[in-house]
Amino acid sequence: MNEIPVSIKINGKQVTATVESRTLLVHFIREQAGLTGTHVGCDSSSCGVCTVLLDGDKPVKSCTMFAAMAHGHEVTTVESLAPGGVLHPLQQAFWDQHGLQCGYCTPGMLMTSVALLKHNPNPTEHEIREGLSGNLCRCTGYNNIVKSVQQAAGVMSQAIPAAADD
Amino acid sequence: MFPASFEYLRTHSPDEAFAALQQHGSEARVLAGGQSLIPAMRYRLARPAVLVDINPIKELEFLKEENGFLRIGATTRDAALEFAPWILERYSLITAVSKVVADPIVRHMGTVVGSVCHNDPAGDWTATSLASRAVMVVRGKNGLREVPIDQFLVDSYTTAVEEGEMALELKIPIPDAHTQGSYQKIERKVGDYATCAAAVQISLNSDGTIRQAGIAITAAGPIAMRVAAAEAMLVGQKPTLELIKAAAAEAPKIASPNADQRGSAEYKKDMTRVLVGRGITEALQRLGVNA
Repeated sequence: MNEIPVSIKINGKQVTATVESRTLLVHFIREQAGLTGTHVGCDSSSCGVCTVLLDGDKPVKSCTMFAAMAHGHEVTTVESLAPGGVLHPLQQAFWDQHGLQCGYCTPGMLMTSVALLKHNPNPTEHEIREGLSGNLCRCTGYNNIVKSVQQAAGVMSQAIPAAADD
Repeated sequence: MFPASFEYLRTHSPDEAFAALQQHGSEARVLAGGQSLIPAMRYRLARPAVLVDINPIKELEFLKEENGFLRIGATTRDAALEFAPWILERYSLITAVSKVVADPIVRHMGTVVGSVCHNDPAGDWTATSLASRAVMVVRGKNGLREVPIDQFLVDSYTTAVEEGEMALELKIPIPDAHTQGSYQKIERKVGDYATCAAAVQISLNSDGTIRQAGIAITAAGPIAMRVAAAEAMLVGQKPTLELIKAAAAEAPKIASPNADQRGSAEYKKDMTRVLVGRGITEALQRLGVNA
């Protein structure tokens, strides 16, 4: 069997395991790191539910990357968003705006949105729709997801000057 | 769906990668962004015994202008072009295509050079390379050689990269101030293969005549194709609506699309005409010419 040692920092914690070289990053995250928030959806790199962040700000489809390719890199998953149980402004916004129904696509939507707002803190509605165009949702019709990202963008852009005033 | 088992080789320099490819020959494939190769392996359409991962090779990740060319390294991601402000200002064809390749997430891993080397019949970067007259730098046993894109693209999924060889970078001539481009793509949804697409780049002389034209269509045959007859028709002429229509009408003559769920062959053929026409019109508009 073709095996290879892989070590990835996932949500700040180093996870090291020897796995088959064909192990996909999403399975390393779910099975080796035990973090099942990252979902497997279409299995064909179309739906984006497996989206995680590589090295802080690059959204990637973890089903279309071998775990070995993330060796020595940092990966951020949905589990990192609510330290101490306090929801991230995006998670709160998805709750407030009904940005999910079944919730299956939500981890990917959240991680793509985190990256989107890092690159572009005040996106237009069109930029949000384009930014999320690699993520599929079969429940919401997307409108409430767009509203969620808009709410979070507002909250997050207000949070920074407020903190500076303190 | 899991890929068949393979031996994974992580490489850190072009020399190391090249040595691995020379050693394993036809058994080996280069792994760059993997956004086409990994799905193909998961569907078992590709079963390489050895993958040579070039992602850790830092010196192959570059995007810079040098000696008249835009140089794009083998591990440079699509997103690097999409998010470079200086590309946005001066490269209208590349800017347009960089926003419609696959989907925004895939563009963070997918590479330009990998896409051209994959030579998918519906590739966006292959058509773009034809329209902008790009050159691929290939490393072989006898050192480096530069292969013009027309010779590089051999057939579906086949390029001039021979067994044991490796593409290192794509070189695109820097467009001057009198050059503009356009990318026109019809797709059912983001991330789907194009129903049809056209890449156009036009350069003007100071007297307003067309100095150079690059016109290519993709998802319209076994590989992306240059519409040479349309280019020849445009060069030396002052742009007019009749001229654009006549040039665009050359595209369906060489198109040989397959009917599929995206449309009939007749529909796709006619769309090559429509998209080439729109592309020429938009490129001219960007040059301040309303034909």
